[in-house]
Amino acid sequence: MSETAAVEHADDHADDHPSDVEYIKIALILAAITGVEVFTYFESVLDWGAFLIPSLMVMMVVKFWLVARIFMHLQADGPILSRLFGGGIMLAVVVYIIALLAFNFF
Amino acid sequence: MSTDTATADMHTEHDPHATNTGISNTKLAMWLFLGTECLLFGGLISTYLLYKTRGNGKTLPTDIFDIPFTSVSSFVLLMSSLTMVLALSSLQRGDVERSRGWLLTTAMLGSVFIGGQVYEFTSFYREGIGYTTNPASSAFFTLTGFHGIHVSLGILMLMSLVVASVQGRLKPQNAETVEIIGLYWHFVDIVWIFIFTVIYLIPAE
Amino acid sequence: MATSEEPLALKSGQADIAERPLGVMTRPQGGNGWRDWLSSVDHKKIGIMYGVAAMFFFVVGGIEALLLRTQLAFPEQGFLSPQLYNELFTMHGVTMVFLFIMPLAAAFANYLIPLQIGARDVAFPRLNALSFWTWVSGAIFLNSSWLVGGGGADCGWFCYSPNSGITFSPTHGVDFYAIGLLIAGIASLVSAVNLIVTVLNMRAPGMSLFRMPVLTWMLLVTQFLLAFALPVITVALFLLIFDRVFDSQFFDPEAGADPLLWQHLFWIFGHPEVYIIILPSFGIISEIIPTFSRKPIFGYSFMVFSGIAIGFMGWGVWAHHMFVSGIGPISVLAFSLSTMFIAVPTGVKILNWLATMWGGKLRFTTPMLFAVGTVAMFTIGGLSGVTHSLAPADTQQTDTYYIVAHFHYVIFGGGVLGLMGGAYFWWPKVFGYMLNETRGKIQFWLMLVGFNLTFGPMHVLGLQGMSRRIDTYSEGFGFDFWNLVATLGSYLIAISVAYFFYNTVRSRKEAVDLPPPGPDPWDARSLEWMLPSPTPEHNFDVVPTIESQDEWWHRKYGYDEDHNVIRVATIEEAAQKGDAVGVHLPSPSFWPLVLAVGMPLIGYGVIFNLWLCVLGGLLTGGAIYAWVLEPVDDPDAGHGHDDDHTDDDDDDGDTVAVGADDSAGDA
Repeated sequence: MSETAAVEHADDHADDHPSDVEYIKIALILAAITGVEVFTYFESVLDWGAFLIPSLMVMMVVKFWLVARIFMHLQADGPILSRLFGGGIMLAVVVYIIALLAFNFF
Repeated sequence: MSTDTATADMHTEHDPHATNTGISNTKLAMWLFLGTECLLFGGLISTYLLYKTRGNGKTLPTDIFDIPFTSVSSFVLLMSSLTMVLALSSLQRGDVERSRGWLLTTAMLGSVFIGGQVYEFTSFYREGIGYTTNPASSAFFTLTGFHGIHVSLGILMLMSLVVASVQGRLKPQNAETVEIIGLYWHFVDIVWIFIFTVIYLIPAE
Repeated sequence: MATSEEPLALKSGQADIAERPLGVMTRPQGGNGWRDWLSSVDHKKIGIMYGVAAMFFFVVGGIEALLLRTQLAFPEQGFLSPQLYNELFTMHGVTMVFLFIMPLAAAFANYLIPLQIGARDVAFPRLNALSFWTWVSGAIFLNSSWLVGGGGADCGWFCYSPNSGITFSPTHGVDFYAIGLLIAGIASLVSAVNLIVTVLNMRAPGMSLFRMPVLTWMLLVTQFLLAFALPVITVALFLLIFDRVFDSQFFDPEAGADPLLWQHLFWIFGHPEVYIIILPSFGIISEIIPTFSRKPIFGYSFMVFSGIAIGFMGWGVWAHHMFVSGIGPISVLAFSLSTMFIAVPTGVKILNWLATMWGGKLRFTTPMLFAVGTVAMFTIGGLSGVTHSLAPADTQQTDTYYIVAHFHYVIFGGGVLGLMGGAYFWWPKVFGYMLNETRGKIQFWLMLVGFNLTFGPMHVLGLQGMSRRIDTYSEGFGFDFWNLVATLGSYLIAISVAYFFYNTVRSRKEAVDLPPPGPDPWDARSLEWMLPSPTPEHNFDVVPTIESQDEWWHRKYGYDEDHNVIRVATIEEAAQKGDAVGVHLPSPSFWPLVLAVGMPLIGYGVIFNLWLCVLGGLLTGGAIYAWVLEPVDDPDAGHGHDDDHTDDDDDDGDTVAVGADDSAGDA
């Protein structure tokens, strides 16, 4: 980290980029998950009960993960980017959960 | 002690891409900025969560959500992330025309999403929920409004890229610009992933 | 630049640079006329502008304070009406926090960070200029409330709701407060991103993160705090403005809203904010104390990690500002505990400064006096802070003058004294002449005595029960004597500040007859002292390769066989001459200024007439496009290497490609 390093030029890292086909696959997975999420709305079909909110949260996190890691290329980029962005998210989640706790939200 | 050579200087001086992390300044800045935006949207989301049941005797947003409709517009925005990344990859491959097409498509999909938002807002208004109706409605419209403004600014940036591309100024060596605007666009999509689940899908207690 | 004929940095307009030793000049020419300052993207000029503007607002906030203290000198005075009193104490707080101490810290950050890491400028020079001009326009906008807003904001700097709503604050003061701070907040956020990228990406070869000076580290933590805290107050301010202007229902209890939402959002920002205020000062004294103890900082890693720890832990204590707001016993307990813990990293720092001095060859120059004063005064303020952390005790202390005493001891005693020390320390580097030592020491003592006379008695007043944020007090409570003492102390502070300004002017006049300070008048330790004074526009002739902490020190001093410190190079040999030719500098630009002007117009539009918003929006939007499309460099300035963007110029030599990303230094 102390030496200067050449920036990744797009052509140098062509191998690190997923192909278009892979992007489309990910998009299909995202669409499928969205379908399942919407499906939960129609509760008459299936009673999710106490599993509803955890399932929705998990699906949300999976969608976020796919977009961030693959579409936004965090998977292949340096860890500093994941740390900066992840740091922001974690800070927001922790701080606002504490705030909501102070409001007896849960 | 002094190993400061002219070569070392020239290397640093004349290679504007050289950075300690190996990541360009602009990309690092955009990711950092997106990290800060989490605090912004987190505040707006928390405000809505706090207020979502405070109707002051009037209708709540949760009472009149049209989940099927919102699902479609969420899907549209999600797919725009795909077209965005396809725009980037085609430009990186050197296919300027195709990237222009994908950029335009992304902007169009984003506009469809905004159109959906506008329709949703106006129908809410007709059903008795305006911006100033109650804390829940103020919070809802502020959160989704801020998101919508972010999307709209993204569309503006995308269209600027399309115009630049038409003028022949968007070339493969400018792929990073597309990448960076893409990061912004994906982020806006991610925020909506959160909003769709937390605000729309999780039922009111 | 520091030749025998021209030892001084001349004020704007006086420069007549016949020869241009930097060879390649950028467009507009890098001179010192007012246009050059307005369009400058040079981090050093921007730092100076921040400093000058901050000192101006120090006087504004100081006058506001003097008016308050004059009112409180005697019981039941009618010198200020209650309304005017409220406006003055609100604006005093807002001015001092957002328009004085933060920009003064920004001045140091902007000037010194690139130098301390061995860079030529920040990552995004035009954004840097944008930050400054945006902040200035926000500051002017905020204060224009006095003229066109029906008076200053009157809700306190913390502006609690529902008092901040239309019902109880019907004048436009609060609108100016909210929008002014939104504008200033944008400035700081952009600057934070800029400086973080600079530190992470633009360090000289060999400058690992753990070889950076402690000041740069503390400033880096500060920038992270700014970046993540400002969005929270941004949310709060938008909600406030929407309530006031658009009648939304965020803070109206009658509509079922919760005024505590404002308090939480404000203090989630507000507590990191106080670390934003103090960490730069901590960093400054971490440079001064080792220099004047002739010892490296004691426990460098501890200093760095405690700064990082403060940055993290600062996010978990905010509701200690809300112990009596009805948040409930569990929240009170949790925040009380977390607040006690945060004293630990701060205590580590205090011990390390003392340990640095212990056994050192101490020189009590003016900067050193200020630094030691900072440690002492901050310790006092920190101790009263620990007493606040005990929630039962705080229940009695809160909303009394005891709190006023605490935060002035930490902010003024800790923050301002440190920054003043920094001013004396780096003055020769920035301006090319030394501030007179004798007068400096007198100024220090005037300020220290005045400060303690003002705020010391407030501990007593608070514990005796004098409420804060009230325009007067009755006779017979026993408050009279110490209030008078505090007022006299405040006048002494004013004299000390005036004396500082006098010192700057007088020292400059006297400097004509004195030898120039040269690169390193203090025999200091970090890279900026390797360069001529004042710093050449291009910073380093040759970017240095770093091999240790305190790199500059180790270029001057080594060890003999018995491990004694010996001089290995004179300043003549080791320092840079500043005479490099052909250095490529980022081109200046007027667009940041234009963009910045658009924002207060939008602000006036929101308050008075939406058409102004359109005008402001066009100006801002137009400036953004012009900025993006502006040629990255002066097309006439050849810099001799094969750039990517020479291919992208149109045949008519027009603009470069959109967003040409090949210029790390030119955004």
